[in-house]
Amino acid sequence: MRAKIPLAIGMALLLLMLVCAAVPSWFAPYDPLEFDFAALLAAPSPEHLFGTDQFGRDMLSRTIYSARIDLQIAVFAMGGPLLIGSLIGLLVGWYGGWADAVFGRLADVVVTFPFLVLVIAIVAILGPGLINMYIAVACVGWVVYARLMRGEVRVQKAADYVAAGRVLGYSTGRILFRHVLPNAVRPVLVYAVTDMALAILLGSSLGYLGLGAQPPEAEWGALIADGRNFFTTAPWVSLTPGVAIVLAGLGFSLAGDGLAALLDVKR
Amino acid sequence: MSALLSASNLTRRFPGNRGLLDMLARKPRPVVHALSDVSIDVSAGETLGIVGESGCGKSTLARCLVRLIEPDEGNISFDGADVGSLEGPARRKFNRAVQMVFQDPYASLNPRMTVGSTLAEALRVHEIVPAAEINARVASLLDLVQLPATAATRYPHEFSGGQRQRIGIARALAVEPRVIIADEPVSALDVSVQAQIVNLFMELQERLGLALVFITHDLRLVRHMTHRVAVMYLGRVVEIGPVEDIFTAPRHPYTRALISAVPQLTPGLLRGEPAVRGELPSPLSPPSGCAFHPRCPIALPQCAAERPALDARGGTWPVACLRADEA
Amino acid sequence: MMASRDDSTGLTVRELRVVFDTSRGPIFAVDGVALDVAPGEVMGLVGESGSGKSVSLRAVARLLHANARVTGSVRWRGQELLSLSDDQMLPIRGAQIGIIFQEPMAALNPVLPIGLQIEESLIAHTTMDKAQRQARALQLLDQVGIASGATRLAQFPHEFSGGMRQRAMIAIALAASPALLLADEPTTALDVTIQDQILRLLLRLKDELGMALLLVTHDLGVVAETCTRVAVMYAGRVCETGPTADVFANPHHAYTAALLRAMPGSGPAQAKLIPIPGMAPRLDAPSPGCAFAPRCTVSEPLCTTTRPPFVQEATRSSACYGRARL
Repeated sequence: MRAKIPLAIGMALLLLMLVCAAVPSWFAPYDPLEFDFAALLAAPSPEHLFGTDQFGRDMLSRTIYSARIDLQIAVFAMGGPLLIGSLIGLLVGWYGGWADAVFGRLADVVVTFPFLVLVIAIVAILGPGLINMYIAVACVGWVVYARLMRGEVRVQKAADYVAAGRVLGYSTGRILFRHVLPNAVRPVLVYAVTDMALAILLGSSLGYLGLGAQPPEAEWGALIADGRNFFTTAPWVSLTPGVAIVLAGLGFSLAGDGLAALLDVKR
Repeated sequence: MSALLSASNLTRRFPGNRGLLDMLARKPRPVVHALSDVSIDVSAGETLGIVGESGCGKSTLARCLVRLIEPDEGNISFDGADVGSLEGPARRKFNRAVQMVFQDPYASLNPRMTVGSTLAEALRVHEIVPAAEINARVASLLDLVQLPATAATRYPHEFSGGQRQRIGIARALAVEPRVIIADEPVSALDVSVQAQIVNLFMELQERLGLALVFITHDLRLVRHMTHRVAVMYLGRVVEIGPVEDIFTAPRHPYTRALISAVPQLTPGLLRGEPAVRGELPSPLSPPSGCAFHPRCPIALPQCAAERPALDARGGTWPVACLRADEA
Repeated sequence: MMASRDDSTGLTVRELRVVFDTSRGPIFAVDGVALDVAPGEVMGLVGESGSGKSVSLRAVARLLHANARVTGSVRWRGQELLSLSDDQMLPIRGAQIGIIFQEPMAALNPVLPIGLQIEESLIAHTTMDKAQRQARALQLLDQVGIASGATRLAQFPHEFSGGMRQRAMIAIALAASPALLLADEPTTALDVTIQDQILRLLLRLKDELGMALLLVTHDLGVVAETCTRVAVMYAGRVCETGPTADVFANPHHAYTAALLRAMPGSGPAQAKLIPIPGMAPRLDAPSPGCAFAPRCTVSEPLCTTTRPPFVQEATRSSACYGRARL
């Protein structure tokens, strides 16, 4: 069916990224930290398919070895907001009332600030580093998940199968987690997968600015930043991690779309 | 027969919506009087029909009876005990005894749970049978509503509307209730399938001695399958009594209008004046006095001023019309 | 009777087929429908969901979307409608053939006052000037029983109650004085006392304006009270047609008989109803025989293999091998 092909391509790209992250030595032709002074800033060639940087390190190998950090960023920068936001959204959507009103105002305040600016401000206060970046993203990113979840929960709350559960005397916890949550979670999950692409971009942006992963941990954004001085003379230094970011983003987007169709509930 | 479930003087108001202009003008928030002073009861083995048009409060009544909605005034008692204050295990016991079947067979089943797990959940929560016997009980419930045992492993979307309604009935029956409140349970179904479900209700009632409250807008169904009927108009019961008596000699002019507005199966073209003129008034601003008076063919001037009480008025069943004893 | 009906004055539908192309394959929604509506008569088209009654009506009015393949013949006053271009269809639909639907709220424009919507119909189909149009709009509201027309014309659909909206939609449909009104479940969304009013209104307008009415409904009671003739549909096919009184008294098709028996009120109270066993037919794989055979209590082997032919006699026609056993 129409959803299958994008989903397959997306999953293939993500699988590639996952395997690269798990066992980079299978794919990387060189040690990513090995200096080759005979080939400084070498253009792509049979020896170095994607060229080398100013220390003669193989760009393909560096990019492949960085996948682990980027995947970690994708998971954690998405996971924190997902868990916090979904739980808040589930509760305020179900209980409504003053909790919902407080949530609404708070969410309005958070989204008034540009996302990236807010994250950078928080990281600047906490200090650079991945852990602090995850905290900053969680502080800002939960709002989207909470809003998605809240809206869906309010729809499901009005459905008769929820009324049936209440007539059967089911506890609120049972109704919330066994009935409402599985039916309300789809848009949140779909968004989460696409959000991982944004998380990688965010991690790269912060890496580029020096606020994310700290050396020697390499991450695609940092790699691009490394190459910025040679962009006119040796574009492959920035281009190789750039292509990786695009492919990962594409993978997450396609997988997200495919997942949306796959999780579509039949009535 | 003593009443198993009875509601007395139920009143329920809902806040209506107020526009920005009204809000600025500090107009009071409008109130919908969904139920006003409604009293009904049902006994074991009996079917009480609740009939009326949109906005008459029949669905609100259904939801009050199973405590999905709490009434503002009045009380509900089951087996002689007041149920309004029940909480915790006592409330669950009441839930177990009084079950509901919903109108929409598509929305009333959790689409992400198999039929088997939907039924098993009800059995497990109320500890109806030991864990080891749950599968066997699920199979016998499916058999009770005439579905194959293989239905247990399938999802709601794999079934037709009529089959889903059977699943909804099986879920209600799983907890061995004594009363079933059925809110328009067949109005979403085609005639040919509707008859299957109606028969099922009648069979189950006979076999299990259930008390059944059957809420519908379909007077043909009411006449066919209920023992007593309460006719509702704009949140109030206007006439309540034995179904055959009411259909043979309705005493409230609204009941008469309703019965004569139902299309008959005997061919013959409609001629002349409609059964009743005018539209249903808005429940936001019900007419004064008897709510039916603006549409009533026999209204007197005092009908606009005085709301007639629901009492026998020289007959054998209660009716809320000043002129009930004249006909 | 069908063949002898004068082709040049009414509506004649023959061999009408509608196939919807979906991602899961074709759906045979209408599968060879024949139908006649004579001037001034009320023809009922009755069936359960999926019988193809509404699709047939929309096919006649050329209102189906691009994924519908429509074949066969729909002749209106001798003119073949299915071969007309959309532009050629304009002066017919709305002017000669009016249409009303189940949900007036979906058919009315929510942001235009009712008066303007009636006028639009008049602009499209008549040569009246503004003063004439306004007078006509007032007259139409009066005709459909909407009191204080002058104020009502300036109001929006949301200010009307359900019954009033249906009346307003009828007024718009009648604006250009059509000779045929197609009504698709016009009272299904209404309460029973309002349904009674609207059905009487439709019958009165039919008499006053001398138009014909094709009424699609699922309610046999509505048919009994409003239709002079009826066609019973099942699974995209017509089972039988004939004068309503004859069809109800003595059905010639097993499905009609079963449907009448399944109605509450057809037998004594508290007795078991006689349901039709099984489920609605699948439209993606039409049966080579009679579509009703799997649910039929009087079927014979032939029913499942060969489609029963239409048998015509006097005023009635039917397609059922089991007629003698009914």
